[in-house]
Amino acid sequence: MKKTPLYEKHLELSGKIVDFGGWALPVEYSGIIQEHEAVRNAAGLFDVSHMGEVLIEGKDAESFIQKMVTNDILTMKDFQIYYSPMCYEDGGVVDDLMVYKYNNEKYLLVINASNTEKDIEWLKSNLAGDVEIKDLSDKYALLALQGPKAESILQKLTDTKLDEIGFFEFKEGVKLGEVSALISRTGYTGEDGFEIYIAPEDADTLWDMIMQAGSDEGLKPAGLGARDTLRFEVCLPLYGNELDKDITPLEAGLGYFVKLSKDDFIGKEALAKQKSEGIKRKLCCFEMIDRGIARSGYDVYSGDEKIGFVTTGTYSPTLKKNLGMAIIDVDFNEIGTEIIVDVRKRRLKAQVVKKPFYTKKYKKD
Amino acid sequence: MNVPNDLLFSKTHEWVKVEGNIAYLGLTDFAQDKLGQIVFLDLPELGQEVNANEQIAEVESVKAVAEFFSPVSGKVVKVNEELLDSPEQINENPYGSWFIAVELSNQSELDELLTPQKYEALLMDEEGH
Repeated sequence: MKKTPLYEKHLELSGKIVDFGGWALPVEYSGIIQEHEAVRNAAGLFDVSHMGEVLIEGKDAESFIQKMVTNDILTMKDFQIYYSPMCYEDGGVVDDLMVYKYNNEKYLLVINASNTEKDIEWLKSNLAGDVEIKDLSDKYALLALQGPKAESILQKLTDTKLDEIGFFEFKEGVKLGEVSALISRTGYTGEDGFEIYIAPEDADTLWDMIMQAGSDEGLKPAGLGARDTLRFEVCLPLYGNELDKDITPLEAGLGYFVKLSKDDFIGKEALAKQKSEGIKRKLCCFEMIDRGIARSGYDVYSGDEKIGFVTTGTYSPTLKKNLGMAIIDVDFNEIGTEIIVDVRKRRLKAQVVKKPFYTKKYKKD
Repeated sequence: MNVPNDLLFSKTHEWVKVEGNIAYLGLTDFAQDKLGQIVFLDLPELGQEVNANEQIAEVESVKAVAEFFSPVSGKVVKVNEELLDSPEQINENPYGSWFIAVELSNQSELDELLTPQKYEALLMDEEGH
């Protein structure tokens, strides 16, 4: 298994190490529920150094990325970030990613760890014009500091005014003590917070500095288990669950990030066709009525008819209910519709509910 | 890992506390720690007949599902309903959180179970991986 620069730190903190797509990462330290609650109510610190970073540079960087992703990056300002799916010609998803724009000749794509090789190959096979693609994944460690106290904790470590970094914006060369960082106001929890990109050799020092700064504010180290339940409650998609090569962004409810009005991009034709013909299955949220927890991959029925499958299901620490997301036939996605989830041969009743389960608490002005 | 010396154990990490003809069954400290925070439990019905090595319950944490096998055969004479509403007790006090009590139909099955010493040896092996 690959190790992040913080591997020893996780062991020191008694993190429960699991194999996460080939990476040895902590699923939890003190417990998923406590960590989840810390992020909702105070703050949590995550090691997400496994994420991939790809630099796209050159005169044609802008037009190249515009062709590769479904969102319209021409409307981006410098030091802004957009989220976007990246699709195949048939509308299936290669990956979902974050586009960091330095200027229109330099972008950083932040991609899912398990898709890094595939993405880079895909980008290279579609290369056009004056563009260079560099895999910087090994050059960055990445910490995510998330939660309502994130800003006040991080502010203790820097003279840079963090409130100048707006939602989905970033700043380079921010000094946190001796450490130089790229900081963005982004995350994967539905709370305010930051993602902090640093050199791998600074990871250990910065982790300790942040934990120290947050020691009297309820900051906890948080693992990938809490990261998953946090993103789930606000219905942020996870590649491999809500998105994959056989699920289009329109089916996953990400139409907002698919700009069919922009000039050609890979997948446009298929997605435009799907939209005009009507989307036949869509992501919906459900709550279990019967006792049981739906898990990813379980079949969903209406009566005896199979209508779809669970993409993510779990116990929700904030709502204290057993909840799930599923991709089902649109005939059944009206709120209040009763559906059946096949939980290991037991047919359990559930009900379609409003999306999301928990409203995001982003700091936007 | 805590292994009390007045209990018997199965290879699949259930514990058994024998009181006369009655066996109380639960999940070991090792198993609860492996699972993480337990948020759901499904138990057999009162009066149900269970067989040794049969899956009779499911224990779910936030991330995982674990099967619970009965180490013994017999009739379910008590069900710990309280655990259904607060399964986190299993994490907090695994040896105090019995799932069910079974009236033993075959006492000799107890001979097949692991002593605390043997169970500890099993844990050493599993941890070694």
